[in-house]
Amino acid sequence: MPDSNRAVKPTARPVYLDLLRIHLPLAGWVSILHRVSGALLFAALPLGVWALSVSLADAAGFRRMADAFSHPLARLAAVMLVWALAHHLLAGLRHLALDVHWGLGLRRARHSSIAVLLAGGLVTLLAAWRLFA
Amino acid sequence: MKSTTGAHTGTGSWLLQRATAVVLALALPLLTAYFLAALPLDFTGWQALFAPLWLRVSMLLSAAALALHAWVGMRDIFMDYVRHTGLRLALLLAVIVTLAASVVWLAAVLWSPT
Repeated sequence: MPDSNRAVKPTARPVYLDLLRIHLPLAGWVSILHRVSGALLFAALPLGVWALSVSLADAAGFRRMADAFSHPLARLAAVMLVWALAHHLLAGLRHLALDVHWGLGLRRARHSSIAVLLAGGLVTLLAAWRLFA
Repeated sequence: MKSTTGAHTGTGSWLLQRATAVVLALALPLLTAYFLAALPLDFTGWQALFAPLWLRVSMLLSAAALALHAWVGMRDIFMDYVRHTGLRLALLLAVIVTLAASVVWLAAVLWSPT
């Protein structure tokens, strides 16, 4: 009876694909940003090795990398990577804590989410201040 | 023979991701502090930072841990979002090549005669 399944399927399921109606809880934001920051760091790895290889090769290469890093866009990218690393590290530590059943309660999970988001932002602001001010 | 399907196949990856996470959580802040403490630098000073053998060994080991960690993470992301099998395999292959090449390249950079 191939049609029996279709018959019981509700016709108007609430599918919230409207981004403005999707409301992630704080822990959801920490989680999705953990993924985004991880992917960013993955992409940065070969770039970092490349920059290291050029800067260590000879004095001209070092100068080239130093000049490139004085560009505002390069510094903006650096600030973004600082955020990615800070958020990924802090959210990861939170994840490890959850793994050993520490802070599983709703209140404490929410508090640790806020702490991770704020601390990551704070480290990023500090880096931005050091690189731009 | 090891079963390729069924339960518990993800346990190894899960554990690998956590173990490398702990290694990186310890190593990366220490390495960052080592480099930040030495700034600002000229070329000779920059090269001298990489002279100690312990630093080169810890950087390479950290990079290896990072590659394993990133492999599990990127694999998770592609398994969740990329439904097309061929595309997913191609992306996973690209991740493996990128990570392996990065680690080998880093080793070459750290141990290149200067």
